[in-house]
Amino acid sequence: MDDTLLDVRNLTIGATVYPPDAAPKDISIVHGVSFTLAKGRVLGLIGESGAGKSTIGLSAMAYGRGGVRITGGQVFLNGRDILQERAAGLRNLRGQEVTYVAQSAAAAFNPAMRLMDQVVEATVRHGLATRAEAEARAVQLFGQLGLPDPDSIGRRYPHQVSGGQLQRVMTAMALCPRPSLVIFDEPTTALDVTTQIDVLSAIKKAIQDTGVAALYITHDLAVVAQVSDEIMVLKSGKTIEHAQVRQIIEAPQQDYTRALVSVRSIDHTEKEPAAPLLRVDNMTARYPGVKLDVLKDVSVQIAPGQTLAVVGESGSGKSTLARVVTGLLPPSDGQITFDGRTLPAALDGRARDDLRELQMIYQMADTAMNPRHTVGTIIGRPLEFYFGLKGAAKRARVQELLDQIEMGKGFIDRYPAELSGGQKQRVCIARALAAKPRLIICDEVTSALDPLVADGILKLLLDLQAQEGVAYMFITHDLATVKAIADQIAVMHRGKVVRYGPKSQVLAPPFDDYTDLLLASVPEMKVGWLENVVASRKIESAGR
Amino acid sequence: MRGIPVSALIGLAFVALYAFGAIFAGFIAPYGMAEVVGDVWEPASSAHLLGTDSIGRDLLSRIIFGGQTTIFVATAATILSFTVGSIMGLTAAVAGGWVDQFLSRFVDLIMSIPALIFALVVLSVMPVTLPVLIVVMGLLDATRVFRLSRAVAVDITVMDYVEAARLRGEGNRWIIFHEILPNALSPLVAEMGLRFIFMVLFISTLSFLGLGVQPPLADWGGIVKENKDGIVYGIPAALIPAFAIATLAISVNLVADWVLSRTASLKGGRDG
Amino acid sequence: MTRNPIVFLLAQRLSLGLLLLLAASALIFMGTEILPGDVAQSILGQSATPQALANLRNELGLNEPALARYFDWLGGILRGDLGTALTNGQDIWTAMSGRLANTLFLASCAAIIAVPLAIILGVIAVRYRGQWPDKLISGITLTSVSIPEFMLGYIAMFVLTVQFRIFPSVSTIYDSMSLGEKLHAVAIPVLVLVLVVLGHMMRMTRAAILNVMQSAYIETAELKGLRPITVIARHAFPNAIAPVVNVVMLNMAYLIVGVVVVEVVFVFPGMGQYLVDHVTKRDVPVVQACGLVFAAVYIGLNMVADIVSILSNPRLRHPK
Repeated sequence: MDDTLLDVRNLTIGATVYPPDAAPKDISIVHGVSFTLAKGRVLGLIGESGAGKSTIGLSAMAYGRGGVRITGGQVFLNGRDILQERAAGLRNLRGQEVTYVAQSAAAAFNPAMRLMDQVVEATVRHGLATRAEAEARAVQLFGQLGLPDPDSIGRRYPHQVSGGQLQRVMTAMALCPRPSLVIFDEPTTALDVTTQIDVLSAIKKAIQDTGVAALYITHDLAVVAQVSDEIMVLKSGKTIEHAQVRQIIEAPQQDYTRALVSVRSIDHTEKEPAAPLLRVDNMTARYPGVKLDVLKDVSVQIAPGQTLAVVGESGSGKSTLARVVTGLLPPSDGQITFDGRTLPAALDGRARDDLRELQMIYQMADTAMNPRHTVGTIIGRPLEFYFGLKGAAKRARVQELLDQIEMGKGFIDRYPAELSGGQKQRVCIARALAAKPRLIICDEVTSALDPLVADGILKLLLDLQAQEGVAYMFITHDLATVKAIADQIAVMHRGKVVRYGPKSQVLAPPFDDYTDLLLASVPEMKVGWLENVVASRKIESAGR
Repeated sequence: MRGIPVSALIGLAFVALYAFGAIFAGFIAPYGMAEVVGDVWEPASSAHLLGTDSIGRDLLSRIIFGGQTTIFVATAATILSFTVGSIMGLTAAVAGGWVDQFLSRFVDLIMSIPALIFALVVLSVMPVTLPVLIVVMGLLDATRVFRLSRAVAVDITVMDYVEAARLRGEGNRWIIFHEILPNALSPLVAEMGLRFIFMVLFISTLSFLGLGVQPPLADWGGIVKENKDGIVYGIPAALIPAFAIATLAISVNLVADWVLSRTASLKGGRDG
Repeated sequence: MTRNPIVFLLAQRLSLGLLLLLAASALIFMGTEILPGDVAQSILGQSATPQALANLRNELGLNEPALARYFDWLGGILRGDLGTALTNGQDIWTAMSGRLANTLFLASCAAIIAVPLAIILGVIAVRYRGQWPDKLISGITLTSVSIPEFMLGYIAMFVLTVQFRIFPSVSTIYDSMSLGEKLHAVAIPVLVLVLVVLGHMMRMTRAAILNVMQSAYIETAELKGLRPITVIARHAFPNAIAPVVNVVMLNMAYLIVGVVVVEVVFVFPGMGQYLVDHVTKRDVPVVQACGLVFAAVYIGLNMVADIVSILSNPRLRHPK
């Protein structure tokens, strides 16, 4: 018998965009995508931003977000074409047959309603169960998903539970009406790695326990490999490759898929320890008006031409360390030594050459460049400011720098808005290089980028280090990035450096508890990784 | 200049027409401003296109000269309000700390009293002359410009590119003129249009209450006051300035809307 | 976190409101006393003899230091004594109280009509966003905010009382009138006030509701297959209360200004008329008293808006 649940045929999706100073324009974002999903199976949709994965996912609920419209094709759910349904039919479909788990649970819950009221709402409103039955089921799901106090957590309001818990409550909300299909739209992307793994395993277990089918949307191939049975790779609204998980991970057929699989596999040999360029000693800092120390007695060093990776989760104090080193946040205690001399704590006290030698690159290249300045102005300003270059000499040097960041001609007179995300970050790198710095602080410079683009930036940074001998203080939450570029690593947790040393030592056992947890939480591009980690954790906790 | 929407073109055309009328009032107006040329409330005729007013002056000429006064006072007050408000607002945003606190709380205080009421309180002891009116209206309205320019500038100062400029070692001057102003200009220009309308309405209201432009000088609010008694006899002379004010206000609004929509698009696509 | 942040916040808002009122009283006093204009000169005019000026200054106590006079004035107000009018020596509170009641009657009638209407029209504009009802509503809004209040008054008067003779053109009300008679008398001023406030309020209500409707949790509710009415009633409405109340209160500023003008247009015996008359007569004590009453009402309304938004914030009602 036919066990096909979802059959998408030649789906095309369009949207209306409203460019300034021009008439509204219809564009196409998904071009003829087809796939089927059997009952109880999990299909991972993967692609970069703009690949159309969320849009395709929502089409299974016949829903278009904002100005998005389904313009062609058919979507059969249990044999009927849901694109032909009228409003009443769609209401019966949504929240009953198909449910949705959003990326940011914090925004997706109504702040003014108790969690339980929201979790059982669809079930009760569609008449699938009485309120009492639905609540009993919700409590059972809360338990299955590993939420603390399953009996009482439903009485809380969304702001009263943590982000990881909220994401699990949202999963319970999706499973409560016993749907035949759940759409997970990047459910763990906004979470820290150590939280992500808990949520991920909870979701996976819940899917297995309930036997529901799912579309799992993410940009992280390593994550989707853990929960899916099969994977469909999308790019610019087209299917690149669709196969069983094992085949995609172990024997990808297409170049694009191969690139995605081999992402984060940059090889970098660690350099020998050397006398430090920058020393941070016993640094303690807090933000004005906050009684809590964000940095507690932090000491690290960076040698010339080497990379110190500072790794930690949100709230670990890693970005604060960058602010202290740059002088934006004068510390309450401790000192900074640069090239043998003590740096004044505050920005105002530092000499122009100190400022020049210590440059910074930001996470969001978008906001790090003045949108009213051209690329030439942005890169040219430090040349003028520090070296007094003007006119043709400045322009020639800007072009040289553009060549160095592999962007070439034709960009010098463009505005940031005309560049792609990766190009923007490259321009920011060029701006930092223009000052001929000895140390660049890179604050999560690849976090906002798609994996392939991020890889390109990391490779560029390594090349530039080899050419210019510049040192990096590389701040990141992503251990894979750390492995790719670091010579030294400092692991930060709650304002303290919990582990510090050369890469080879930091990443080798014996581990402290936190580093162990952190390392074990980074998804690997391997089928079955999640089960192994969860299993080894169970053994550990049983042994304790 | 291509791609200007029709609504903005219409707005621009009307604004230009009114500006022309205000500047060349002396040449266009068929009669003198205070010249009694006919009977009381004569109906429209070829000699008096809009008829005459409550004491027999040519209404069209009154309206043209009135427009000159109204537009002049509103423009002067807008310029004052913008100069004071935006300088203080940008200063507060860039300086931060107690300067910002002091200026912001002071503005909160002034805004806790509705502007018209405060203007009436002040005008009860001040001589009602054009300079006094311009200063009172300009300073009261500067509070609103202060709030907007401060908010816009604060949004910009938290941007990483401003921090990057600070880290480079740039001074406050460079930061204000190269990093903040180019990004703050468009919303401020659009707001200028709205403030101008508000000034036109404000001065007209004051004149109507008898506390603005004093006779025999004509202004649109004053013309209404002079001719309001005609209303009960079915003489619509008082309504004609209404038309003038409304068309001017709507035109400026249309232009301001257009400037504002261009602003949004120039932010570098971040709003998309 | 304190045990009950709501009580703390409410107490804070109340004391802040009182502080603001105190500061506003000082500002009003400064506005009339310390500015370069001189009250005595204003009353007697440019041709007054120096002797007459000196006498009047003495009589008004203008030779006392400004600070002392301010505290005198403030002390009087706290005891319920607003002073006496310069022009006729009447007790200001006696003269004002009846007018205040009239003004409040007029303003409340306008608010009772305008607020629900603005909210309903705002919701309609959001519901049909970008379609003709929305465009029509924003067109009317643009027009109504571009016409000064007194113009709206005269247009209404011209059309309704002169052309059609439905209503009286002068709105006089007496204490002895019945409620029905009073309502008939204020019908046109109320209509004008409603038009004055409606435009601004509608525009801001639309923006506030649109903001809520674009939240992710509204999408969640839609994807649960709830009826549009359920989505609005259960998910949008509770979250829209605070912003909409804020909008309503903000627009009361237009109502206050509108009242002053409309009262003059329709010769209505209220506070606005009283204030404008005495500004013209340069009767400073009356102007100060009226200014303070208007400021108090306005500050009070803003405080109410603050309190409502605190009370409707789930984060504050149910702390962690």
